[in-house]
Amino acid sequence: MQAFQFTQAKTVEVALEPGGRFVAGGTTLVDLMKLNVETPRSLVDINLLPLDKVEAAPDGGLKVGALVRNSDLANHADVKARYAVLSEALLSGASPQLRNMATTGGNLLQRTRCYYFRDTVYACNKRRPGSGCSALDGFNRIHAVLGGSADCVATHASDMAVAMMALEATVHTKGAKGEREIALDEFYLVPGTTPDKENVLEPGELITYVTLPKLAAGTKSHYLKLRDRAQYEFALASAAVVADVSGGHVRRVRIALGGVGTKPWRSKEAEAALEGKAADERSFRRAADAAMADAKPLRDNGFKIELAKRALVRALTVTTQEA
Amino acid sequence: MAQLGVAGVVATAAPLVHAVGAEDAPAADVPRAEEVPGAVPVTLRVNGIEQRLMLEPRVTLLDALRENLQMFGTKKGCDHGQCGACTVHVNGRRVNSCLSFAVMHQMDEITTIEGLEKDGVLHPVQQGFLDHDGFQCGYCTPGQIMSGAALMKEPIGPSDDEVRAAMSGNICRCGAYSNIVAAVQQARGWPSGRPRSAPSKAG
Repeated sequence: MQAFQFTQAKTVEVALEPGGRFVAGGTTLVDLMKLNVETPRSLVDINLLPLDKVEAAPDGGLKVGALVRNSDLANHADVKARYAVLSEALLSGASPQLRNMATTGGNLLQRTRCYYFRDTVYACNKRRPGSGCSALDGFNRIHAVLGGSADCVATHASDMAVAMMALEATVHTKGAKGEREIALDEFYLVPGTTPDKENVLEPGELITYVTLPKLAAGTKSHYLKLRDRAQYEFALASAAVVADVSGGHVRRVRIALGGVGTKPWRSKEAEAALEGKAADERSFRRAADAAMADAKPLRDNGFKIELAKRALVRALTVTTQEA
Repeated sequence: MAQLGVAGVVATAAPLVHAVGAEDAPAADVPRAEEVPGAVPVTLRVNGIEQRLMLEPRVTLLDALRENLQMFGTKKGCDHGQCGACTVHVNGRRVNSCLSFAVMHQMDEITTIEGLEKDGVLHPVQQGFLDHDGFQCGYCTPGQIMSGAALMKEPIGPSDDEVRAAMSGNICRCGAYSNIVAAVQQARGWPSGRPRSAPSKAG
């Protein structure tokens, strides 16, 4: 691992002094530094910043500090009671040890598990812009079928972010130019010709909070994750559903998919196909078809298209059948 | 150990002198910063004992424990947070010590497998591993036991399946999993072999 300068910030203002890369839980960054995929010259430890609380938001929603650990957020009483999809997504991610370390802000920024990104021997446009994409003609079973480009087909690895997409979360940041609020739906970028740019954060801009809006009374939610083993594995396909169903009809639904897209994949197409329709398998299947209509399979990952559809149908079924 | 570099090697010599505890370790024994380029003073509180070290910021908590404090109970398996062999408790919560820099734990209470027994009495999870033969080669065992000890305070259900899920961050290549579940269940006061809980919605 390359040597680096280390500083600790006790206030957000100090953390924002230019030059350093933020480190909190370290579960992505330290791992990638050992692989020489990340080579920061300077690290700023932000663990002492006062951003570790889950609080009620003025609008009745929830305000989650960027340093709230994944395990604490998953087991928070309000999250379990009101945002089940988020608790379930968090508990389906990584291992208990990693969830004790990983933070809310860091989870949003975790890097892809593409093997070619993680191995500096290979060409990778995300790691070294312009070097090429080894996954396009390589082993691409875990790669994306939605949102890919001729330069990158790496999937976004987070479960938490998929749930937050369906919850229409907002990311709050602070940087040299002041504070910003960014809808999570507008936070991530598809790779296009610049796969090294994964989100709209400016250099040195810090995530301070994530807010979750208040959900309408009676809204149900659920996260379903499909993977190669029962625990401790990244998603091949996952579905987050937040639905308000009454009288057997879907009044309002928010849908996001994981494991299949180059970013946590909100499917407004599936939402539009389902809203106002009967909450039955036929409608769910139509919504799933709409979600995957633009999917483009690579050599090894064509199975993900049907897998994601079935994941969504099942997630919708489970969500809407609850009393 | 390439990431330790020169500083790690130099720093390794010092703790041997005062590994018995901070009270026996006059500050003069600690190498001064200029002797170890890039190293910074790090005070770790491990199993209740304060340890003063000079470490490069890139030294992980795992490497500081093993290479600088000569505490070999905590094991290095994958060194990437995937196997759980390096599991220790930081402020009572289990973490992967390989994915955290030692310099980030100055104020923390660190507990390793060496600190789990109290007054000569094994922790119930340690006893469970003995009673149920919860290991074969033993390499993953310290991490398994630290995970098992931590999950006593975590909100998980009573069934064997729930223990399996809660222990999923610890890989055992010998495949002692069923005995590990029995060991943890004994320590929790649950008989092993409880029927599966209702299938989790979380899948």
